[in-house]
Formats: sequence, C-alpha cells, structure tokens
Amino acid sequence: MTDRTTGAADAVHDVAVVGAGIVGAAIARELSGHELSVALVEARDDVGDGTSKANTAILHTGFDATPGTLESALVAAGYHRLREYAAATGIPVERTGALLVAWTAEELGALPGLRAKAERNGYDRCRLVGPDEVYRQVPSLGPGALGGLTVPDESIICTWTTNLALATEARLRGTRVLLGHRVTEVAVGAEHTTLHTSRGPVRARWVVNAAGLGADWLDRRFGHDRVTVTPRRGELLVFDKPARAMVDRIVLPVPSARGKGVLVAPTVYGNVMLGPTAEDLTDRTDTGTSEAGLAFLLGRGEQLVPGLLAEEVTACYAGLRAAIDGGDYLIEATPRQRYLLVAGIRSTGLTAGIAIAEHVHGLLAEAGLPLVARTGLPAPPRMPPLGEAGPRPYRDAARIAADPAYGRIVCFCERVTAGEIRDAFRTPLPPHDLGGLRRRTRAMNGRCQGFFCGAAVHRLLATHGRITEATTEATA
Amino acid sequence: MTGIEPVHTPDVLVVGAGPAGLTAAARLARRVAGEVLVLDREPEAGGIPRHSHHTGYGLRDLRRVLSGPGYARRLVQAATAAGATVRTEATVTGWAGDREVEVTSPQGRFRVAARAVVLATGARERPRPARLIPGDRPAGVYTTGQLQNVVHLHHGAVGRRAVVVGAEAVSWSAVLTLRAAGCTTTLMVSRFPRPEAFAAFTVPGRAVLRVPVATRSRVTRIIGRSRLEAVEIEDTATGARRRVACDTLVLTGDWIPDHELFRSGGLPLDPGTRGPLVDTALRAGRPGVFAAGNVVHPVDTADVAALDGRHVADQVAAWLAGRPAPEREVRLDVAAPLRWVAPGLLRPGDPPPPRARLLLWTDELVRLPRVTAHQDGRVIAERRLPWPAAPGRVFRVPWSLLSGAHPAGGPVTLGVR
Repeated sequence: MTDRTTGAADAVHDVAVVGAGIVGAAIARELSGHELSVALVEARDDVGDGTSKANTAILHTGFDATPGTLESALVAAGYHRLREYAAATGIPVERTGALLVAWTAEELGALPGLRAKAERNGYDRCRLVGPDEVYRQVPSLGPGALGGLTVPDESIICTWTTNLALATEARLRGTRVLLGHRVTEVAVGAEHTTLHTSRGPVRARWVVNAAGLGADWLDRRFGHDRVTVTPRRGELLVFDKPARAMVDRIVLPVPSARGKGVLVAPTVYGNVMLGPTAEDLTDRTDTGTSEAGLAFLLGRGEQLVPGLLAEEVTACYAGLRAAIDGGDYLIEATPRQRYLLVAGIRSTGLTAGIAIAEHVHGLLAEAGLPLVARTGLPAPPRMPPLGEAGPRPYRDAARIAADPAYGRIVCFCERVTAGEIRDAFRTPLPPHDLGGLRRRTRAMNGRCQGFFCGAAVHRLLATHGRITEATTEATA
Repeated sequence: MTGIEPVHTPDVLVVGAGPAGLTAAARLARRVAGEVLVLDREPEAGGIPRHSHHTGYGLRDLRRVLSGPGYARRLVQAATAAGATVRTEATVTGWAGDREVEVTSPQGRFRVAARAVVLATGARERPRPARLIPGDRPAGVYTTGQLQNVVHLHHGAVGRRAVVVGAEAVSWSAVLTLRAAGCTTTLMVSRFPRPEAFAAFTVPGRAVLRVPVATRSRVTRIIGRSRLEAVEIEDTATGARRRVACDTLVLTGDWIPDHELFRSGGLPLDPGTRGPLVDTALRAGRPGVFAAGNVVHPVDTADVAALDGRHVADQVAAWLAGRPAPEREVRLDVAAPLRWVAPGLLRPGDPPPPRARLLLWTDELVRLPRVTAHQDGRVIAERRLPWPAAPGRVFRVPWSLLSGAHPAGGPVTLGVR
C-alpha cells in the first residue's frame, strides 16, 4: 500500500526518487525492475498532480527538436518506448498526425528547413504540401494558409493515464510511494542521504531529483548552483465534443524564436484543445487562468479554426512548465554525493519519460550503483480505457451484463459509470480528491461540469466508490 | 456488438422524464395502441423540479400550486397511471437508425426502435469554463443545478457566504436553496442595467431575502487556491473592480439546451436557441422525430414545458395516424435586441404552437413593447403588448401576430421596440 502517514523512519532505501510526475514515476519504475529498494517521494497527495497533469498531451516524434541535443535523442527514443508501453498497458493513444501550417511568407520559407531538421533528428516522413492539400486535410482552417508540412506520426495521448501507469507499475514492482511527503531539508551523510519531509525523514543511499518546478530548490539543498527553474504558464482551452469533427489532427504553428506557439489538437477524450500560451511567472503555484491569456487564445482560435468558437468551452486551465536556461535537458550525476539531477524537462517529458529513465539508469550504473535486473517482474498494469477510440465500458454489452455497475452512467457528459469510479478506488494508487478521480475516470470533465452529476460524483468520492442508496435513489 | 443487443419496439420513445416528456407520455399512453416508453438517465424521473424545493409548480398545467418535488412525483404518477413505461438510469448514447437509438442501463445495453421519437432533454446552465471566467480553480463554484443537487438530493453542505451570478427566476431559486443550506447570499450580480428588468423577483427578493443586487456588473476573476476566498466584480459602466469575499459562487441561468442527440443525429439546430429547429407541431427535422420542453426554448417555466408535452402528444398521434407534415415552410427569425424565437418554422396548414404563443428572448428591457413582423420587406403585423419584454425570462407573444404571414413568402423577422 501507499504510505501517506509516515516516512520509512528506519529503513534506508537504495534510491529515493523525488517527484512523482511522469519523469519521476518512469525512473522509479525503471529502477524497481532491479534488485533495489526504491522510494518515490512526492510532495502532493497524488502522483502526476503538478506539471504532468496539464500539458498538451502530445506524443512527439521529436521532428522539431534541436538536433544533437539530449532532448532530441530522448524524445526520439521515448516516442517508440511510450508507444509500446501504451499498447501494453492500455494508455489511450491516437496516431492522428500533425500538420504545420504556414500563414506568412516567412513561415512558408521556413518549412523546408524544418523538414531538413526533422531528418537530422532521424525523422524522415515529413512532407511539404501546398495550400490546397492543407485545406483538404483540415477543411475547417481559417483563410490565409499558404502551405504546410505534414508529420504523420505525431500522436495524441492521455498524460494522466501515462503518469498513473508508470507510478502504478513502480508500485507493483515494490517501489514505496510516499505521497504528501514534501522535502523540507536534505542532509547528505557518508553512507546515506536523509530527506527530511513534511511527514518525517526518508533515507536513501542515492537520491534522484525529478522535482520539476522544485528541482532547482532541491539541487541547492545539495549545495549546487547550476540551474534556475522559471515557471512558464501555459493556458489551454478545451472545446466540447462536436468540435472534434472540425479538427481530426494536430494543427501546429511554425515555431519561432518565441516558442512553439499556439496549436489546435484533438484529445483522446474526443474534445479539441487550443493552446498553450507561454508566460514566464515567478509564482510556482499560480495555475490560475488570466483574462489576457483567455482573450489571446480566443483570438488565435478565431484565426486558426473559426468554427471552433461556436462550440462550448468545457475546460480552461493552466499548466506550469519547468523551464530552465539553456535549450536542453540537464541530467547529471554527482557520484560523490550519490545524487542525480534531472532538470529542464519541458513538455516533451511526457514523450521522453521512459527514455529519460533508461538514460538515468545508464548514468547511475556508470556512477557505481549496482543494477541487477530482477526476474519474475509483475505484468504491467492494465489501465482503465479512458480514450474515446477504445472500449469504453458504457458501450460494452458483455461487460455490463457481467457487472451492472458498468451500465450505471453517473457522469452523463463523459459517460463515466459507477463501475469505473468504484474501480478507481480499488487500484494500488487510488484517488485522493476530486481532481484525482477526474484524472482517473474523466468524471465531471464534460460540458455540464457537474450541473447534473456533481453531487453524485462527490458522494461516490466520499464513499470511495461504494454505490449507496443516495447515489441511485435521488429524492428522499 | 450491436447485432446481439436486444431491440425494444415501442410505438413512441420519449427521451427525458422531465415535465415535457412525462406529460407527453401520459397523454400518448391513452391514445396509442402500442407501448409508450420514457427513458431518463437520472436515478429518478421528474427532471429539474425534483431538486427545486420552492413552490409555484403546476400552475398552468395542473391548475394547482405544488413544490418542485411534489410536482415531479405527480407527473411521474400521471404517466405511469396512463400506462407509459418509465425507465430511469437509462441513457440514450446515440442513434442506430432514423427512429432507433442505443441505450446503456444497469439492466444492459439495448436498442429502442420506435415509430415516433420525442426528445425532451431539457437544458443546463453554462458552467464556469463556458463563461470563460479567469482566475484560480478552487472548490465552491456551482451552477444552480449542482447546488440544488448537493443540498436537496444529497443533503450536502455548501459554504457560509455566497455570491450569486444572475438575477432572474432561477437565481432567486438559488438564493432560497442557499438559505436552506445555511449560506447567506451577500451579493447578486447582474449584467443588466436595471433591477426593474426582473421586478417580479427583485421586489420580494429585497424585502424578504434582503440581497443586494449589483447591476451592470460581471465577475472578472475567481480568487482562492483550494477553497474559494473571493471574487472580483467589475462595474461594466465604469470599469471599476472590487473584491467581494465569499466561499461559494453560484452561476445561474445562461441556459444551453442539452442538444447532443440532435447534433449527433444531424438534426437542424436553431442558431438562436442552440436547440432544435422546430415547427409549430414541434417536428424536429426528421419524419417522426419531435422535440418538446426547454430543449426548444431555454428556458421557460416547468408548466410551459409540460404544456409543450401535451401539444406534442397530439402531433405525434397525428404522425402515427399517417398525417404528413405540410411541405411548405416559412422561417421565423429575430432582430436585436431579440435573441431567439421558438418555434423557428411555420408551415401553412399546421396547428398553432403550444398555448398559441411564440416564445422570444430579449437582451434588453422593453417596458411597453411594440412587436413587429416583417416579411419580404414589408410590415405584416405590429402590435403593442401590455407586458414587458425583460431579460432573463421568456417574452411571450400571441401567435395571431403571424396571421398575415404569406405562406409562399420569405422569412418572417420579428422585432421589438
């Protein structure tokens, strides 16, 4: 079981991984496949509750990375790793492909260079297309597109399920998942390091810093001064399901010096996403949305896919990317401290996570951590089918016949059943709050935002998914 | 998979067991030979009135005054007593044919192939994301629907100090629910300039509930990381902004029809209501498919929705008896400040709409409205009405206004000044 109440006061783990986002969970999973005791130390009450929950949910080919960087190599490798892992665990993925659209002569002129760059990144399936082909592929695009570049293997994925699958498998392999353990101080000893946390000390011979937005703070506790994390806020709008017919692939802007710009993409839940903005902040907890950000996105949406704005917005949210100076991932071991830093993992970390974990494995082995592969590892977890393209329980006649709870739709908009909500509480990493339940089931993520189901979902949250009289019998 | 699912074949399928659907089913069950099947996705039939505990229901249809839950129970009893089958926790998830749908329920996945279908799926309030209110994302932000579900059906707690957005009928219903839950409404916020626009509620509201109303105002920011702490209110006339402390925010009104089945079936929508485009017989654009209630006019009172149900029952019976729809149609539309009119089509030879009223929605208060109808560049009717056209509630206009519409003419545009 996860341990929310105490640190392992006396145990000394072989490795403590700080941060249970995509990267930390992938590293814990990788290491716990070896003869090691591993702790996954997370400040928040759930895995994947920070940067990893609010990104654009794209499985990148890495076509536009900077060639020769660590990021380029790990994104390219991670793409294939995560695709295989998704197939093994049931993480929703759709290979929609992407279309970069040039709206100015300058952007049009940049496309051949982008194709050449993709080839230097080892990706050779991009194709230049003229405006007619652009509009044939995405008829709903606004006027003025001059040409495009196709990236047929760019895909959309469920970031929540990815994070949860990695952390669940780490847990199944014996990783001790310590939620609600915020690291407050670090003491590096001769034999082991003590992480003082809000719930007591956690001891480990090696520490891996995958703390995302907190990576620089933790790095300084180890006496380093090499990295500053600047939270970069990205605001996103999600449009209701009828919009999906307008956008069947990822529509990317041509990247400029100011970043990757605003994209329009379908989601695996059957919606359309517009965003993100890019705004550097100082407050590392400010995931609020802003008036200016929403206005900017609506303006961009109007130009990109004008029809989109007639659809209802079902979610507005903001994520914080852990940006650092320098254009690459920063992954470095300090063997004398038995310490390894993983920093600067931008939104590409979703794709690269498993490859980052394998890279970390290599660095730790070089630094002298004995890594002996275990045999008889448990099978990877089968994750709930959250994707619209997959077998949703509500339309699975055989499943409903076997268990009527899968026929009891609680969240009407997203068609989430009481059976799925109950199941979420029976997993190795059950939800801790409404946000956690939403990420595990999609309940309350739809157009009504709880108008119909909010009270019933809260009731199921309170009873840990037990279907009570009040859930099914409405009026007293 | 669908091939092995059982198929039910009632004469009439009604989707939605609210006032419109139940009333239609009660009337149809006495008139048709085969089954009348009502499906509702909620655990209990009755629709929105189930969780609206104040009085005032049933006036126009049942000629009595009931509480919401009492009204809902009575409608359910009437439908079942008439012989209709009412199934709850049965969600229509999509179409399998012109009058055939797929259903998920705890009793299994099945299909229903009916001779006629009535969609009475109602409306919901726009929640926070659809209103694009920026700021933090704390707990404590509700629509009236969710609030009343929490308080009246699940007996849950809300906060102590609320701000209510909107100042129309449903907003006052929210204030009453908050009071029942021990939560004080410190401010109501309306974007409209004059409280007279909703005089019927503002006067008793001020007297009995003593809630101040900030007019010409809007919420510009939500503040509070885990629990709501305050909202920022802007005076839209001056641009001045202030912070109002609260732990509960209720977003009321701003209704949108639950039109998903119309859209997924490719049935035409009215751009004004965002509900189905219907004629006065409440036909919804496909032979044998009808619409009734607040999905057509978001939203009028429950009893008006119920009377839609009575009206549509007769039209369904006529369809089942083989009476075709008249071929010719004239489109109805509106000019500002009117936002929509329902029904949106008239067909020469059809009966008048329910209650012989056109239902309209205005964005501005017009105290002594003069309603006009134009067709093909000329005024075909002009009439002064003794009741106001007020934002936040349906403005009803006698059907006889359109008696001069030319059956072969172009669209008729309604205006008010």
